[in-house]
Amino acid sequence: MDQTHKGDHEVDHVTGTATTGHEWDGIRELNTPLPRWWLNIFYATIIWSFGYWIVYPAWPLISTTTKGVIGYATRLDVETDLSALRAFRATQTQGLAEASLEQIKADPSLFRIAMAQGKAAFGDNCAACHGVGGAGSKGYPNLNDDDWLWGGSLAAIQTTLQHGIRVATDSETRVSPMPAFGRDGILKRDEINAVANHVRVLAGLPTEPKADLAKGRALFEQNCAACHGPAGKGNQEVGAPNLTDAITLYGMDMASLTETITNSRGGVMPAWGARLDATTIKALTVYVHSLGGGQ
Amino acid sequence: MSSIDARAPLPRQSRWSKHKIFETNSIILIIGVLLVISIGGLVEIAPLFYLKNTIEKVEGMRPYTPLELAGRGIYVREGCYLCHSQMIRPLRDEIERYGHYSLAAESMYDKPFQWGSKRTGPDLARVGGKYSDEWHSGHLADPRSLVPQSIMPGYPFLARTELAYDDIAAELRANRVGGVPYTDEMIAQAMTDLKAQATPDHPGQSALEARYPKVQARDFDGNPGRISEADALIAYLQVLGTLVDFKLYNDKANIR
Repeated sequence: MDQTHKGDHEVDHVTGTATTGHEWDGIRELNTPLPRWWLNIFYATIIWSFGYWIVYPAWPLISTTTKGVIGYATRLDVETDLSALRAFRATQTQGLAEASLEQIKADPSLFRIAMAQGKAAFGDNCAACHGVGGAGSKGYPNLNDDDWLWGGSLAAIQTTLQHGIRVATDSETRVSPMPAFGRDGILKRDEINAVANHVRVLAGLPTEPKADLAKGRALFEQNCAACHGPAGKGNQEVGAPNLTDAITLYGMDMASLTETITNSRGGVMPAWGARLDATTIKALTVYVHSLGGGQ
Repeated sequence: MSSIDARAPLPRQSRWSKHKIFETNSIILIIGVLLVISIGGLVEIAPLFYLKNTIEKVEGMRPYTPLELAGRGIYVREGCYLCHSQMIRPLRDEIERYGHYSLAAESMYDKPFQWGSKRTGPDLARVGGKYSDEWHSGHLADPRSLVPQSIMPGYPFLARTELAYDDIAAELRANRVGGVPYTDEMIAQAMTDLKAQATPDHPGQSALEARYPKVQARDFDGNPGRISEADALIAYLQVLGTLVDFKLYNDKANIR
């Protein structure tokens, strides 16, 4: 082969590399070949893709796609994963599914499983409102104390978890609308002030100096006692909180009380029966019951 | 270049050297590039529009109500998708935490979809019904008041800002152009429907419910007196992932 040409193309004198044969304004491009190893891998991946097309779902057809000889599908894969998980859990939680809540509470091994499952489910679903340790915050009940709005027995907690509180889409949910005494014009501003002061009397807190306590008491008996009881002890049948203890959901200062009586309160808890399976709800029931104040 | 022997004759063009025409003519090059790229599009994207198994058959999906659509606009405006995905992948751990994996059908009325690609915060594909409205409004205003370890910024201005919805009918119409099956009636009643969903005891609620089954109509932000941006955003969050009836959905028929 002559020194100025290699194959079809002339060779650059300096580098000894053939040119592409193209010329732009006297400039010619060197045709440096790709490294052999790189090119071989490139060809190998092309050959590999043919195997891939056969083994896995690949090509679109008229109304569906080729399925691949091993029948792989992401959704089938996860289904297998989930049934393996269910099978694994079945050995762990079959006891929970069969036992009553009281039996779980009494049996140390079942109790241990329920607490472990309950803790995980609590973290995923309940902690956002009730706090990681169940201590709650303003408007979200503390689950560590023994003051319950709707009852702290195992059965009551399970019902609350299953159907939620004031959930419009659940027919068995717990409902108790407190009237918005101020907004709906049932009580005037000075009357609300008197009732708020009376509530502080019930709670054993100091009242405002000019408060009309007799009027507050009378108005409380007319408007509030039906649910909260004449002594303000509350009623778990209708979720009316006990006003005489030191535990409060929305605050017992005058500003909070006035806001509560004026606009009412009505916390909502989701109905977990729609999201969680029955065993998880049982485990959560036992877990919450054990946080501190279960009855 | 001087190093090349200028006297040498130009070499013969082989069939593989015909690309000179592309390299010396930019218009032909652009046409060539478009043709090559469109092959990829035709093979990978176009089939999704006609293959019958792209979008699952489900019960319960409906277009967003005007209020939810306005809330979706707030979601996009505030860039929620930058930290929150709306796509539960078919992986065991995701299903354990968030619920059933997302279906294509569940975002078929999202123009554009909000799948997202990054989770600084949790996935929101099934957040509807998981928290109360009160939680959402408190959490949007000040996330750390409820979740101490949260790094989400607060959006207290949403509850203070009146929702601008004068153009809501036009927004429905634009979505219809994009393929969302809004009827003429839905577009004509968009303004009324929006007010009806956010106002307790509004007379238009039964008509709203007839147009948009399973709609949740109430005051969402704790201030029944007016319709704020928080009302719209919470209405949107509360509907996410709640429409498909998974009791009627057949997983086995939609394996792919």
